[in-house]
Amino acid sequence: MFRRSALLASVLALGVSPAWADDGKIKIGFVTTLTTGAAVIGEDMRKAVELALDHIDSKMGPLEVEVVYEDDEFNPQTGKQKTEKLVQRDDVDIVTGYIWSNVLLASANTVLDAGKILISANAGPSQLAGPGCHQNFFNVAWQNDQTPMALGQVLNERGVEDLYIIAPNYAAGKDMVSGVERTFQGNVVGKDMTTWPSQIDWAAEFTKVKAASPDAVFTFYPGGHGPAFVKQYEQAGLADTPLYSVYTLDALSLPRFQEAGMETVLGTVMTQFWAPDLDNEQNQRFVADFRAQHGAYPSFYAAQSYDAIMLIKSAVEATNGDLDPDALRAALEQADFESVRGDFAFGNNHFPIQDFHARQVVVDADGNWTTSAIGVALEDHQDVYAAECGM
Amino acid sequence: MTTAFVLEQALNGFQLGVLLFLLAAGLTLVFGIMDLVNLAHGSLYMVGAFFAATFTLALDSFFIGVLLAIPATLIVGLVVEVVALRTLYARDHLDQVLATFGLILFFNELVRVVWGPAGLSVPLPAVLNGSVQLPLGITYSTYRLLIIAVGIAVAFGLYVLVSHTRIGMLIRAGASNRTMASALGVNVGLLFTLVFGIGAVLAGLAGMLIAPISQASIGMGEQILILAFVVIVIGGIGSIRGAFIAALLTGVIDTMGRAFLDEILLLFMPVQAAETAGPALSSMLIYILMAAILFFRPQGLFPPRARSA
Repeated sequence: MFRRSALLASVLALGVSPAWADDGKIKIGFVTTLTTGAAVIGEDMRKAVELALDHIDSKMGPLEVEVVYEDDEFNPQTGKQKTEKLVQRDDVDIVTGYIWSNVLLASANTVLDAGKILISANAGPSQLAGPGCHQNFFNVAWQNDQTPMALGQVLNERGVEDLYIIAPNYAAGKDMVSGVERTFQGNVVGKDMTTWPSQIDWAAEFTKVKAASPDAVFTFYPGGHGPAFVKQYEQAGLADTPLYSVYTLDALSLPRFQEAGMETVLGTVMTQFWAPDLDNEQNQRFVADFRAQHGAYPSFYAAQSYDAIMLIKSAVEATNGDLDPDALRAALEQADFESVRGDFAFGNNHFPIQDFHARQVVVDADGNWTTSAIGVALEDHQDVYAAECGM
Repeated sequence: MTTAFVLEQALNGFQLGVLLFLLAAGLTLVFGIMDLVNLAHGSLYMVGAFFAATFTLALDSFFIGVLLAIPATLIVGLVVEVVALRTLYARDHLDQVLATFGLILFFNELVRVVWGPAGLSVPLPAVLNGSVQLPLGITYSTYRLLIIAVGIAVAFGLYVLVSHTRIGMLIRAGASNRTMASALGVNVGLLFTLVFGIGAVLAGLAGMLIAPISQASIGMGEQILILAFVVIVIGGIGSIRGAFIAALLTGVIDTMGRAFLDEILLLFMPVQAAETAGPALSSMLIYILMAAILFFRPQGLFPPRARSA
């Protein structure tokens, strides 16, 4: 204990100098998950950040870029501690990353109270989009409700009347379900909220689905749960019931489905703000180089992380290397960068206003399973909480 | 709600139950006979799953994969016993908890280094991947039926081993009174290694059986270990029979809660409240059961006779 406070005191005594007076360098803290089963996501994000740094030569305007990665261990408390370390000890200029809504919520105040800029590269909890929005908080991904709202729209267009919902019982799971219910106009004939993350067997739920015989099933299981879910869906004899999902089938899980030969997922439809085959120059370069380096498609997590770096770069260039939060904020609000998703603008609450695409699982020209955009489900969509944000 | 629906849910419950039994049987033996709190039991479950996945993918046969994974898991179990756990028998429970928790971290990281963070999916042969038509209009997954069959066969085998063989007699003697058994000339060290080996294989087997359903993933052991501890507490620590009955009870109650609780709550609650309370309550059911049993029978349902203090 003594040793730690002594260390802290010596750090304070050294008097960490304000970053913009620093040595021509911008330090970016990147919090993600690099251990546990969810490390696949964190690794993919890190690869995208490294690719972005390659593409910009590790330079933003006049400044050298240094990225400090921290592992949240899939745990809000650890995430908060790591964030504190980044803000207090490493004195980074901007903190970004964050896969999990609960980790972000636990960590946000640490960054914001220190007067620094926080940019979520994935998590988009409603708590930070409505009355709890903050001038120094930006989200370069989406608000949790938007993707399922787009999916509800897709269900309407495809004439689904009876829908069965299975999702995990935690913050994001509830957001996803309420998002679909907000736009879906048919009947929800059954709904199961399962224990997260411990439940990995859905035998009881699938028996209920069979008894209810719905037109379609909607689900949301991110990370390692998704493959297990779809596999059991197939084993339960539900392959003929169309499965709609959000954040469940992605570039991280599809190769594994392919290996296991689980053809049930081919042709299934989801919604997303981005797809690897979106036709714009930035995206084509990103996807092609990512595939060349890693031999696999980037996931949407990677796309967001790549965008996060490009967004920061655009702001630093606009301020010509001035890292004063007020200057940076004004520049970030312009969102003057080429996003891999095409058109991109920030709303008043600093969440994106963007298109949401319907995506389908397809086999690409080389025989790899991937996703392809098949139409815009929601155009220039802004989240529903923005109106409650006072900014 | 038809009879077939209720029976299918009962089968789901049994399937979860026998899986828990495989895990709990080893745990209860190790805890009951060796007086060792082994939190790393779930790691053997995970290791078993990864071995089965690797061999299955390499040899393209699930059956051969499992046959090879069983001795491989046994070897890992014995190495752990000899290298790490042997020194812990004389220590108190807190030391054991700390050391075996360390083993969990070690195994999770080892698996990540060897197999990567993504986990492995295990393909099933076509014979097992479908469903079978049972009487009374039940359609049920062939593979889950196989799990139930394997679980019951293992339970029967353990019953014969423990109740009708000389080794079983020694195990029972060890469970009832370790000091006396040792005084009567039983080689307790060897007995412990044997018991730990059996426990490791059973945990590994549970992992191998679940891998095709939920895939092999890092940390899969910790999620189910808590349930396994609930089972051995309900069943009475050290009792195989108790573990079997408690495992089935836990599996069926957990499944029935998930299947029917929301409908039952709807009878006397508004939809909104039932939707919130249902999942919360059904995930608590087995813990409520455990609390109730601890209150009325603190020693569990079937404690071994004359346990040494």
